[in-house]
Formats: sequence, C-alpha cells, structure tokens
Amino acid sequence: MSSMHGKDVFVVADNLFTPLGKTTTENFSNLKQGISAVTEHIDGAISPNPFFAALFDKDAFSTDNQHTKFEQLLIASIADALRQSGLNASDEKTVFILSSTKGNISLLETEKDTPGLQERISLSASAKLIAEHFGFINKPVVISNACVSGVVAIITGMRLLRKGQYENAVITGADIISEFILSGFQSFQALTAGICKPFDKNRDGLNLGEGAGTVILSSNPQYSGNIKALGGGISNDANHISGPSRTGKELSFAIGQALKDAGISANDIDFISAHGTATPYNDEMEANAISLSGLENGPLNSLKANYGHTLGAAGLIESIISVQSLKEGLVLPTMGFEEKGTTKPVNICSSLLQMEAKNFLKTASGFGGCNAAIVFGK
Amino acid sequence: MSNKGDSDLNYITASCSIFEGKVSKSGQQLFGDTATDVSAFLLAVYQHFGLNYPKFYKMDNLCKLGWLASEVLLKDSFDSQKYRPEEVGLVLANRNSSLDDDIKYFETIQNGASPSLFVYTLPNIVIGEICIRNNFKGEHTFYIQDEFNAEFIAGQVNYLLDNDILQTCICGWVDILGDNYKAVLFLVEKQNEGNLLFSSGNMRKIFGNTSV
Repeated sequence: MSSMHGKDVFVVADNLFTPLGKTTTENFSNLKQGISAVTEHIDGAISPNPFFAALFDKDAFSTDNQHTKFEQLLIASIADALRQSGLNASDEKTVFILSSTKGNISLLETEKDTPGLQERISLSASAKLIAEHFGFINKPVVISNACVSGVVAIITGMRLLRKGQYENAVITGADIISEFILSGFQSFQALTAGICKPFDKNRDGLNLGEGAGTVILSSNPQYSGNIKALGGGISNDANHISGPSRTGKELSFAIGQALKDAGISANDIDFISAHGTATPYNDEMEANAISLSGLENGPLNSLKANYGHTLGAAGLIESIISVQSLKEGLVLPTMGFEEKGTTKPVNICSSLLQMEAKNFLKTASGFGGCNAAIVFGK
Repeated sequence: MSNKGDSDLNYITASCSIFEGKVSKSGQQLFGDTATDVSAFLLAVYQHFGLNYPKFYKMDNLCKLGWLASEVLLKDSFDSQKYRPEEVGLVLANRNSSLDDDIKYFETIQNGASPSLFVYTLPNIVIGEICIRNNFKGEHTFYIQDEFNAEFIAGQVNYLLDNDILQTCICGWVDILGDNYKAVLFLVEKQNEGNLLFSSGNMRKIFGNTSV
C-alpha cells in the first residue's frame, strides 16, 4: 500500500542514548517511573554559578583521539539501532542523516583556534567520521535548523524514502551541553533555577539537556506491520529571531501541513508530544497553535522536565519515546506541570495514561522562527 | 529526468551571487569593491544598493551576507502579490554553519556572554532574517554540506514545489568564515517563459567552479 505522496515509510528500529538510559526500553521504563535526569550541577569549568541540567556523568565517555564525546554519543546510539534492525549500513539504498544544533562546538573551549580546528568542528567532519565508522557509502545529509533539527531530519528522511531515492534512512541527532551553550542560554535568562515546569502557571524557564536519538526508517514492504511516519510540515513565524510568534498561527500551519500530508484530520490524533520548553512564551504560543488546530482536547505531554531541552536532538528523542507510547499503549505524564498556565486551555497529560492510541503528533519550535510537526501512526 | 533530483517543471527566474568583492544578478555584475575587510565590503554593498533596513546593523556577517543576496535577488524579480506567505520558502546550505559568529560569541564569554551575539550562533537565523523582512512563512531548512551539493538541493526544492508544499523557493549557498565568503541564491518558480530550467547542472554552472 502506498500513500498519495509515494511509498509508505515504516519505523524499523530506534535507540535513545540519554542520561536516562542507553536504549529506548531503558529510557521508557525510567520515564514511566517518573524519573528526571535534571539535577543541580556545580561545575566551575562550564558555569560560574550552579545550574540545573540533564547531563551525562563525566566519565560516561572515554577520552578517544579519534571521536569526540558528541561523536561517541552518536556512534553508541546508531550502533544499537542498527544492531536491532539487522540492516547493512553499507547498502547503497541506505542514507545517513545527522541533525544537531552545535555538534562539536565545545572544541572551541579546549583547543587552540586554528584552521584545522575550524575544519574539525564542522558537522560535515563529524558526519564523515561516523559514516566511515559504520560504512555508510552515500554522502551523509546534515541538518542544522535550531531546535526543530530532529523533527526536520525525520521529515527529510521520510521524503527521501517516499520518492524512492533510498530504501532505508538512519536518522540520528545529538547535542551536548558545554560552556558555550550554557552561557548563551544564561545570557538570555532563559534557564529556570530548578526543574522546569512545562505549561504550568509558574513556569519560568527551561533546563538544558544532552542526549542522542536514532530512528531507522524503511520503505521496504517487509516492515508493513510497523508504525509509520505518516506526514510532516515545517513553517516560519517571520516574526522574531529569538522569540516565538504571538499567535501560534505559523506552528498551527505546520501542524495542518503534517495532517494533510498524513491524510488524516485533527480528530485522528490521539495524543500530542509537545515541544513544551517551559519558557513563558514558547508554551503560550504552542497552546495557541494546538487550540487553533482543533487539538485542544487531545492529551498532550512535554518531557522537558525529564530530559531538559536536548536542542537538535529533542525532536528525535521525543518522537522515539512517543513511538514507544504507541507500542505500549501508555501516554507519559508531563513532569513539573501542576496548574494550567496558558491563555488557551490545552489538555495536559499529568499522570500515566493507558490508551490504545493509533496516531500521535509531535511538534517543535526554535530560534529563527522555525516550527515543525510530524505525525506517526499505526 | 536527466539527473537525480531534476524536474522539468521548475525554473530559475533569477539568481544572485556575492563573491570575491563582486555582486552579480542573473549573470550580470552590478557592483564591485576592493575592500579586503569583509564587514566593510558588506556595508559597501548595503550602501550601494540604497537599502534601508536598520536591523541590518545588528546582524552577524552570515546574516548580512545572506540577507543582502536575498535583497538583490528579489528586487525587480519577485512579485510578492503572486504568493501567499505560506507558499514561499527557503532551502539553504553552507559549509561552516555559524562558526564565524560562534568564535566571536565565544570570545565574549569570559567578560559577560553577549546575548546579541549568541542569538546568531545558529545557521538558520539567516533564513529567519529573510523571512522576517519579506513575510515568508513557508517551509525552510538549513543543511550543512562540505561543498555545494546542487543535486541534493535540487531534489529537495523540486519535492517541495512538485508536491505543492511551496509555490516558490529561494535556495542556494550562504557561507562565511573570517574573510572568506560566498553567497549564491536562486529564485525558483513554476513558470518557464524565457527562463532557465531549474536543474542541478544549471545551478552548478551559475555557482561556478571556484571553491569557497
């Protein structure tokens, strides 16, 4: 069976490599128990003041002359997903897609700024090293589109398979938190002093987090019983480079595009995995957009109090968790949420919800006015 | 279809390149300057074309370069009345992401990190600036490529146009690191009168063989 836009695209395997676990199953199990990876850190090397974030243990990655922490994280995530899928990475029908906001930017903090270093920092350099590690033969596709990067990477992979350019897509994303990123969000006064509170009345900022997610998609009909990537949409606010739209119309447009692309309507969405960064403006805009799209009654969660904001990886991590929700019939609660705090009411899922869901919507927004939405379904 | 990613429905209705001290539009050089300092050159371009957009002065050099190229590209070539905001999008790529601004931002950290530099430490901000200026609200994506990959960009843009996700798309390359810079933008529309076919071959020809 094929959709109106070409071949159907199935989820073959996935991995989450985060401070909450090294596999999707381990992550999901910890989330079900309401565990958060966000804790207080006192580390003069990356911040003069204590801060709350979801970080890997300092010894989680070894010193390796060949691969940085960012690359080791991606390699660990991809290796697990590939192992589960049984796919051969060096198949000419397989494309490798990498998404990140800042990749190896932390090298600026520890290394001397030289042309060689500038080359080493580039995402293309990381993509090349990782492709060589696994033996991917096609030129990697690299996406860096702020905090929608992960969702855009899945949409890009889905389309390349739909039109038959490739049969399989290994889509991965990661970001790590260092002084560079932390100081920037601190300078924006965007960080909360404790654990963040998505969509809550008293929300006052976000936590940063690090992690990686990998999803393998395929158009091979042998996977036709699997969950599908059904459709996606991307839009721009054309309003402000560092603040979201006031109305949410543009995210709502992206949601509408994703639904249209998936060939379903708002009524077919069983739950929503929101961006929900817990900044006052993001959550307000997102509630507006969800309401404008006629989705205000659908149970909605944000996992930012569990993972922090994992930036370019967030869209992948949260999509993969939600695919697991479809498989297990369990929608996760929004940690940190207590009291409704957006002008437009939305249905925040605040306790573990048993639901035989068929389809879910994942949304994301970021600097530069970008919005993205993707629909997965059975 | 002659080439992977090519379509025979979409056309390059204008192009603009800013490279090696020269600004060209659709093959014709419109401005040249010998300034070796890139910031001075970008300002000279802004002044030469009589642009008046105070936000320009706040932008980092990547945004200035891409924004200037989009202004020259669209002037007298783009009829905004023909399209709804959601029908116009952008697909851009470069080699060095926002590293030019990243280095400048990082230098400020020790003496109080600068939020006005931090906001430019993402490559897609240049897309945001062009969207704000022109009220473009359609799909957009920023790719990182070690060199200009015309086939890939053509494939992405043709998908967007052929599936009616967009009706027109600005695509191309905007890269800057220190004093090395290059921007080449293409306006792609679904009309063919007297225009060049939007193909990876034609893109490469306009882009030139010079490496960044």
